[in-house]
Amino acid sequence: MPTPETYDAIVIGGGHNGLVNAGYLAKAGLNTLVLERRHLVGGAAITEEVVPGFKFTTFSYALSLLRPQIVQDLELVKHGLMVLPMLNTFQPGLDGEYLFLGPDADANYHEIARHSIEDAEASRELDHLISRLARALKPWMDRIPPNSLSSDPTEVAAMAELREYMAELDPEVRELMEKFTSCSAAEILDEYFETDLVKGLYASSGIIGSKVGPRDKESALVWLFHKMGDFDGVPGQWGFHKGGNGGFTQVLARALEDFGGTIRTEAAVERVLYEDGRAVGVSLQDGTVINADLVVSALDPRQTFTRLVDPDDMPPDLVRHITDYKFQGSAAKVNFALSGIPQFPGLEGREDIYMGFTNIGPSIAYLEEAFADCKAGRFSRRPFLDCCVQSTIDPDMTPPGKHIMSAFVMYAPYHLSESDWETERENLGDTVQSTIEEFFPGFSDLVLHREIITPLDIERLVGLSEGNIFAGELFESQLFLNRPAPGWNQYRTPIEGYYQCGSGTHPGGCVTGGPGWLAAQQILGDRAD
Amino acid sequence: MPRTTPFQSRLEPLNHTGVWKHWSGYLVAPQYQYSANAEYYSIRNSVSVLDTSPLFKYRFTGTDAGSLLERVLARDIGGCGVGRAQYTCWCDERGFVLQDGVVMQVAPGEYWLTAAEPTLRYFRNIAREMTGADVVIEDVSADFGILALQGPHAHRVISQLTDAATPLKYFGVAQTRLEGCEVTVSRTGYTGDLGYELWIRAEDAGTIWDALMAAGKGHNITPIGTTALKMARVEAGLLLMGADFHMSRFAWVDAQRETPNELGWGWMFRKLAEDGRTFIGRSAIEAELEQGTSRWKTVGLAVDWDDYERVFTDAGILPPRHEVYSESTMSIYRRGGKEWDYAGYASSFLTSSLLRKPIALAKLPLDLAETGSEVDLEVAVIRQPKNVLARVARMPFFNPPRKTALMNGSAA
Repeated sequence: MPTPETYDAIVIGGGHNGLVNAGYLAKAGLNTLVLERRHLVGGAAITEEVVPGFKFTTFSYALSLLRPQIVQDLELVKHGLMVLPMLNTFQPGLDGEYLFLGPDADANYHEIARHSIEDAEASRELDHLISRLARALKPWMDRIPPNSLSSDPTEVAAMAELREYMAELDPEVRELMEKFTSCSAAEILDEYFETDLVKGLYASSGIIGSKVGPRDKESALVWLFHKMGDFDGVPGQWGFHKGGNGGFTQVLARALEDFGGTIRTEAAVERVLYEDGRAVGVSLQDGTVINADLVVSALDPRQTFTRLVDPDDMPPDLVRHITDYKFQGSAAKVNFALSGIPQFPGLEGREDIYMGFTNIGPSIAYLEEAFADCKAGRFSRRPFLDCCVQSTIDPDMTPPGKHIMSAFVMYAPYHLSESDWETERENLGDTVQSTIEEFFPGFSDLVLHREIITPLDIERLVGLSEGNIFAGELFESQLFLNRPAPGWNQYRTPIEGYYQCGSGTHPGGCVTGGPGWLAAQQILGDRAD
Repeated sequence: MPRTTPFQSRLEPLNHTGVWKHWSGYLVAPQYQYSANAEYYSIRNSVSVLDTSPLFKYRFTGTDAGSLLERVLARDIGGCGVGRAQYTCWCDERGFVLQDGVVMQVAPGEYWLTAAEPTLRYFRNIAREMTGADVVIEDVSADFGILALQGPHAHRVISQLTDAATPLKYFGVAQTRLEGCEVTVSRTGYTGDLGYELWIRAEDAGTIWDALMAAGKGHNITPIGTTALKMARVEAGLLLMGADFHMSRFAWVDAQRETPNELGWGWMFRKLAEDGRTFIGRSAIEAELEQGTSRWKTVGLAVDWDDYERVFTDAGILPPRHEVYSESTMSIYRRGGKEWDYAGYASSFLTSSLLRKPIALAKLPLDLAETGSEVDLEVAVIRQPKNVLARVARMPFFNPPRKTALMNGSAA
């Protein structure tokens, strides 16, 4: 047998967090290897030319929570980072009405005031309060969370610092925080707004990617989570990376290689190898062994703790937490190639309404009804859709004059009670298409091609268990101190030299890069000790 | 009442903000949509179109046109052959900058010049001093409209309408017909990106505008206002008269004047020793270069991202990073030693969305002007002056290969 190759560090999984983590390790001088199972890196942040000339953001499709420090540290601008503004949000109503919000606060006031003058003012107030809360939480998002179970004096002090910090928040901010941890999105919205259309728009942030309805308690934190980012320093705003999120992960790959790191694709890791509780390398599915005394899993917690290593070698309470950890993917995606721009009755010919998000979820009742199907184990017959016609922002996504639409779909439960996803694939595509058709008559005539991504596809293609787009639900029981498990929320694992850096660690899902960055801090700190 | 450019009938309905301002007495839009940032990104991501018609435009003809320009312009007009354009400046006898502009030799011995301020009488007076000289200088400002087509898709748009841009070298000029109208195309711009500027006869303005918009539709062509242009020009390291320097002609004291070398245009005089040109201000410029008497150096400043974040975060507020563009003076201090030890000033400031850092154009004393030098830049944080770390950076801040690429194929 040939002598195995040796690296200083191996990162398992070339998703964005794996690439960020490897970038930091390589920058610190470690000879770093990223192993990616597929033929391309990016994980759930990829762009694929499914039809010639049409580039689809297959899975994730926007940027906001990307931690700004990473952009600086990994010199991403030099490697082509370009996040374009997603200016507008268009929310069609059931009665031909709509909400069309953009970058101008005064114009937005008058637009909401068409529906309710009090809602228009309330929206400003709530947006500002949420921005203040998000700002207050940001320092905790950007640091390694304390270990709530540790008796180590540093950790005890960090927990005390956390309690003190929360206690000293401005009273309005603290009160809002309490609401976000004890009420549902709908309950908070009922307090601020009277219009269905406005409530529906806000509530949709509370169900994205999560098996919760807007009246479930967990929805408020999911909503808050989606407001933790910014575009150009404007809180809660989103952007679209040139070339899609695949364009972004290619930037990360270039940065990593510039720091001397190596990427190997079509290299599926079978196991993490460890001896006497210390990591020594990995074995690939083809039998290849690669040595490294630092191994980082960018995969989700189920894979990190129960597939890459023998769960019998893990502490039973950790295994129990990981077994109980909720994935329950409930989102799907349908990507369309279009021959032209969709038309909204009364706003025909307007392309600007699509320059951002088109939000089909006109009321809380609509979202509730969609969720009722999910609870019954079937996909929503009238789903909530978060659509983006990205070619209106980036002309390089399609041939001139043609368009793409990325439609994010809630709900599509991983476990179907009376069918399976191979049977339901086209039915889901038809349902999504007819839902868009309902609001944008003539839409179907524009469809040149559609790509349907079920939760099962997400699991099979990306490796995210049960197709959960966040690598585990964004519930309080699975965030911060508890992500992925209490006591194991600091990127370490029970095996020395084996770390975790996927979205199943703090700060969590979405394209934040935070897990990869903070895990690298922990790793490099441990090595310095 | 302000004048309107030949494109006004087309621009009027496109201005969704309803806000107009005046530029040299003409009505122009600072921005057409609510987001100046979106207009800015059309320059870097797709293709933008800007009406720069308010510029003053002069035509120089006659056998001595070249000689006149050689006498006035500080940069050697000899390098501006037929079908070429030049960024240039002209100075007073004491070597202070009067104005900058772009000159093109559009046909043998025929030159066109754009300028930000009137300069007909100035040039004519010098021509009159050249006894017997055959040169005619006309103000053709109202005869032409100018459109700047700038951005990575600019070539894909213009190449649908004419072959004249395929290829067209950086700072090349071509005469062509678009939609049957005579148009002069130059590979120039004020954005630091791939782009073209089109001189269009006023009566053809609507025709050409419509053709460009139709050709650009599939490329997300975006009309932009002056704000987006100015944001891009800071990244491109291009100075703006009235912001980064002033005309010597209307200054009161020398402290308000700058020399070309102080503005970073020393490269215009690289061959001064051997070229034997006689132009206005030569001896003063020569002396300045020989004796090293420049008072300032114009530099790019990159503000330290962490420090900028820190001063605002410490005050409990969000760092302003969205569409912050300023032409107001910001003081610069020496670091270490004394507090508030004045060193110079920034004249243009931008929180660059693309580059993910605040950048500035600044004047610094020579000992602080080396690339990498650290200075303190004063910013206002909740109305209080605070210093943030900034470093002298190479300009242009943004310089994509497509800016100067030949563009002989169809891809950008």
